[in-house]
Amino acid sequence: MTFAVILVAIVILSVLFHFLSPWQATPLASNWGSIDTTITITLVITGIFFVAIVIFMAYCVYKYQVDPDRRSEYKPENKKLEWWLIGITTVAICGLLAPGLIVYNDFVHVPSNAVEFEAVGEQWRWSYRLPGTDEKFGRSSVSRMDEINTFGLDPDDAAGQDDILVAGNQMHLLVNQPTKVLLRSKDVLHDFYVPQFRAKMDLIPGQITYFWFTPTVPGTFEILCAEYCGIGHYNMRGQIVVDKASDYQQWLSEQITFAEVLTGGTVEGLVEQGQLLASSRGCLACHSIDGGPSLGPGWLDLFGSQESLIDGSEVFVDADYLIESIVDPAAKIVAGYPPVMVAYQFSNEQLDSLVAYIESLSTESSGSPTKPAVEE
Amino acid sequence: MAYVDDAEHEELHEPTSFYAKYVWSQDHKVIAIQYSLTAIAVGLVALVLSGMMRMQIGFPGSIDMDSTGYYQAMTMHGMIMVIYLLTALFLGGFGNYLIPLMVGARDMVFPFVNMLSYWFYLVSVLVLIASFFVPGGPTGAGWTLYPPQAITAGTPGSEWGIILMLVSLIIFIIAATMGGLNYVTTVLQARTHGMTMFRLPLTVWGIFVATILALLAFPALFVSGIMMLLDKTIGTSFFMPDMMQFGTQLDHTGGSPILFQHLFWFFGHPEVYIVALPAFGLVSDLISVHARRSIFGYRMMVWAIVAIGVLSFVVWAHHMYVSGMNPYFGFFFATTTLVIAVPTALKVYNWLLTLWRGNIHLTVPMLFSLAFIVTFLVGGLTGLFLGNVVVDIPLSDTYFVVAHFHMVMGVAPILVVFGAIYHWYPKITGRMLHDGIGKLHFWITFLGTYLIYFPMHYLGFLGMPRRYYAYEDYQFIPDSAQSLNAFITVVAIAVGVSQLLFLFNLIYSLFRGKPSGGNPWKANSLEWLTPDTPPKHGNWGESMPVVHRWAYDYGVPEAELDYVPQTTSGDEVPVHESDLDE
Repeated sequence: MTFAVILVAIVILSVLFHFLSPWQATPLASNWGSIDTTITITLVITGIFFVAIVIFMAYCVYKYQVDPDRRSEYKPENKKLEWWLIGITTVAICGLLAPGLIVYNDFVHVPSNAVEFEAVGEQWRWSYRLPGTDEKFGRSSVSRMDEINTFGLDPDDAAGQDDILVAGNQMHLLVNQPTKVLLRSKDVLHDFYVPQFRAKMDLIPGQITYFWFTPTVPGTFEILCAEYCGIGHYNMRGQIVVDKASDYQQWLSEQITFAEVLTGGTVEGLVEQGQLLASSRGCLACHSIDGGPSLGPGWLDLFGSQESLIDGSEVFVDADYLIESIVDPAAKIVAGYPPVMVAYQFSNEQLDSLVAYIESLSTESSGSPTKPAVEE
Repeated sequence: MAYVDDAEHEELHEPTSFYAKYVWSQDHKVIAIQYSLTAIAVGLVALVLSGMMRMQIGFPGSIDMDSTGYYQAMTMHGMIMVIYLLTALFLGGFGNYLIPLMVGARDMVFPFVNMLSYWFYLVSVLVLIASFFVPGGPTGAGWTLYPPQAITAGTPGSEWGIILMLVSLIIFIIAATMGGLNYVTTVLQARTHGMTMFRLPLTVWGIFVATILALLAFPALFVSGIMMLLDKTIGTSFFMPDMMQFGTQLDHTGGSPILFQHLFWFFGHPEVYIVALPAFGLVSDLISVHARRSIFGYRMMVWAIVAIGVLSFVVWAHHMYVSGMNPYFGFFFATTTLVIAVPTALKVYNWLLTLWRGNIHLTVPMLFSLAFIVTFLVGGLTGLFLGNVVVDIPLSDTYFVVAHFHMVMGVAPILVVFGAIYHWYPKITGRMLHDGIGKLHFWITFLGTYLIYFPMHYLGFLGMPRRYYAYEDYQFIPDSAQSLNAFITVVAIAVGVSQLLFLFNLIYSLFRGKPSGGNPWKANSLEWLTPDTPPKHGNWGESMPVVHRWAYDYGVPEAELDYVPQTTSGDEVPVHESDLDE
């Protein structure tokens, strides 16, 4: 009896939980409402089976509980009943599969009016590329990647000259514009996932993957990495800003092309060189420069401050300490941060430029000759 | 049946020294216990690791664990539970103990190879545990070990941990192969007089088909393990493309990371059924015995096991819907995956129809069996979400997946393991497990795991990604999600600690348990009919048992008692099998 009551309680509470739970899908912001519909269909059909089966089980446990004077029925088979049950299950399965495959057919067919952009993943950050006015991406490969050419484009490919490169973590899209995302990884597997868009896809180094969606709601959305990619996986953040036409054009006009990156190739000034290095060698994936949380110590106001180490001692952040921490990260571990940084190899000039850049992020060092160099 | 005739005449060669009997033993029953105790011990390590993970998720920063440690715990927890606990326990533990007894053999057909199987397994466990103590610690690559991250900087344990993990897996597969060849050959060759394939208990069918799956699936993991080991140690590029990591070009070129995923899941999906099919078999026997009713639709149950086994080899890419493989594969794999739900659903129906018009004893094994049906039902139904390609796209890599697979291949099989241990412990030790402690253990485990995993699906609907060390500052995640995570952690710790009740019961009952006699549950199958309990070396004494009927004659109208052991002849109680053929 108790057991039967508990089974019924499990059914009632589970169904109540479903309707009262505050944890439901995020508000939809793309065309993939049809995916939400397939989830609803699946919930209804599986929900019916769940309720029916557990209630039937509760009935059996209650009705046929042990009775020493009774013997169970001896009827080992009932082919007709079994075939009926197989039939009903098959119909239900078709009810799930058919709408699922119809929607999936939409998912794999990119509409012809879709515009393309490329999202590039690396441990543990995002960057983006647009094809430019010719609507064609230039050739790219890992072997061409360096500090300047972070996307690895082929300088001899005319199609690549007008490609627009977005080095920051934030990408803008035009609202109600069908969009095909081409996905490329520099290092390991990642996954481009915006919960409000529903769709997601892995990035695979060595090949280009894709999926499509139409953003339908203006606003800012978080990009998460949904394929495990190492210790910084949980912190591989990006942003999609969905703009109306005027805002989008405004943003687009501020972006730089590959040709401009090439001509501005040799960067003047120690701080600017350091900034470029920090960006291209991936330092900024783990060290924030705006005071936000990050895997390693943030660089804002770091230079000239005191840091507490895990052994309890304090260290004054100066050029020597910074250089030591870059080439031998395990030497001094700052309290509160995991000892996960790999040792980097830089030339002395590069180290000086990195230190200069970090110093420039400190307001404390305003007396020093280098000024913050974030102006356009 | 030449084997049985020989078995009746050959001498038994019973070992006499302590070492030959209990350490270097070739007796399937001792090997089964060695396998089981080792699996439970290493499983406890994995249980503690999951508690540590839950503390970090529910109460971030409450224990001293950085993201490196978190990912190492996550990886080791998953790998240990799937391979070193569940696979080893079902095949090496239950398979070893029950197959010879249930088919009526004196032992496995290759006892020496059987012994080697255990010792290789033990070495694989030791190599795995050793990885906790090497520089850099164990691998934190996730139990799927996806390259390139598994063997490159940026992933914990990418220096030594991953190498030990791969070596350990390779040794484990050798162990599983030696054991597996034994189980299959014993079932096919060593059945006693009258034991036809269609008189075998479903336990044997489940383990038999699961073993065939293991023999066919593990080679895929074996070769991918060796290929990754070569990529790691001598710089080949099987799975390694051109890549630029932390601003440095690596010396690899042209490899395919997605090839590894195909190989891994060609093993990995059958692996789910390597765990599930033995559980299906064991639970069928538990339900039939404790409901005092013949298993409903025996032959359909057998064919369902076989069908699931075959289909399990053509569904692997449903783990890869968003992996970037050719998206057109999705149509095929979604269809095969949902087709597999039909024979699986049939098994659930037949368990219920076995209860229907039965005479249900709510013993501890029965309670665990009924809890298994509920848990497996939820896990199976959520599988219909993830198997249906387009429904999977928003849910994959979220907590929905975590909840699903813990329900379906974590909790459900473990409930069967508990039920089966409560059921067969009397045969193994000659004593009953303590009933009160057993019931307490049952209620905490069943209701606790439901409270952990049912709400967790909703974090998946919300979109919370799995394998995250922390969720700070994500705008789309409401604060209430953290409260739910804290709740789940509290329940998880309670369930984890309550397993001490079970361990205590195992040890306490060994000395103080009520003597059970040879057949405490009044069951029909051969293992309950041994001349001695626990069964002695050679199992059957002088003469081999002769089987006259299937194992499910409960409630036969003509019989005096409500059960008819398999050795009862047709003269005493009519055999109804011919009725079934109509």
